[in-house]
Amino acid sequence: MITINGEKKEGYEEVSIEDMLSGEGFHRDRIAVEKNGEIIPKAVFSKELLHSGDVVEVVSFVGGG
Amino acid sequence: MTKTDDKLILGGHEFSSRFILGSGKYSLELIDAAVTNAKAEIITLALRRANQGMANILDYIPKHVTLLPNTSGARNAEEAVRIARLAREAGCGDFVKIEIMRDSKYLLPDNQETIKATEVLAKEGFVVLPYMYPDLNVARDLMNAGAAAVMPLAAPIGSNKGMCTKEFIQILIDEISLPIIVDAGIGKPSQACEAMEMGAAAVMANTAIATSGDVPAMAEAFSKAIEAGRSAYLAGMGRVLTKGATASSPLTGFLHE
Repeated sequence: MITINGEKKEGYEEVSIEDMLSGEGFHRDRIAVEKNGEIIPKAVFSKELLHSGDVVEVVSFVGGG
Repeated sequence: MTKTDDKLILGGHEFSSRFILGSGKYSLELIDAAVTNAKAEIITLALRRANQGMANILDYIPKHVTLLPNTSGARNAEEAVRIARLAREAGCGDFVKIEIMRDSKYLLPDNQETIKATEVLAKEGFVVLPYMYPDLNVARDLMNAGAAAVMPLAAPIGSNKGMCTKEFIQILIDEISLPIIVDAGIGKPSQACEAMEMGAAAVMANTAIATSGDVPAMAEAFSKAIEAGRSAYLAGMGRVLTKGATASSPLTGFLHE
């Protein structure tokens, strides 16, 4: 079980961040990813694997003042 | 100083426009027209959890515009630092507007936490623009912490009430050598003009434009007001008489003489 933006998801154990992002429909160039409180650089998205219990935040920009 | 030499300098970056435009609370479709009419070169953004398949605001912002992500949602320095780092990773550049609030009723900034976050982020190479309650001691601390500008509030965020803190902002303008960017609460072009006449380096506005009847038209009105206020400040104001009057027309050559 992986938690992505507060939602528990099945099926991403031992899957790369890159593959999780495309599986979830995120645009990789417009987001930042944090895993267990640490920012994961885009350069390692394809190598960095997710493990059961990981907490992932995927963030992007919205309008704001 | 000619108009073309008059630049706003933030962290070594030069800007011709002194209007920082917010992008909240109006349609993405209007951003391009608002930026164009505002002649804005800096636009603020917020960072939130991404939604799949949602239109991305970055596709709507003209490429020449500098992105200024804010740390809205942060309740302390640590959370602000986290948001700033994520914003940089998301490809937003090095600019950040620090915005830290503990108070959800008036949305007033936490000055002490803002100083802490400024210190950390300035050391990491960010161009730090801290939103703050106008207090001279805090502004000095922010300068010493490495801020590129100081952004005092005119009135509570989104209130459109204008220059409620005018006297205190004037103290910052007079005493702090960094650019003073009046942020939050500016509701009308005349209030933006007033801030610029006082010597503010720039004005940031969002709600005044977003809640107006015509977003691009109000963006243009603000742009003109800010330019007018800046020109007036550079020209130097005429004096004010304490009492009496003084004629503007010659006091000789009257027809009855």
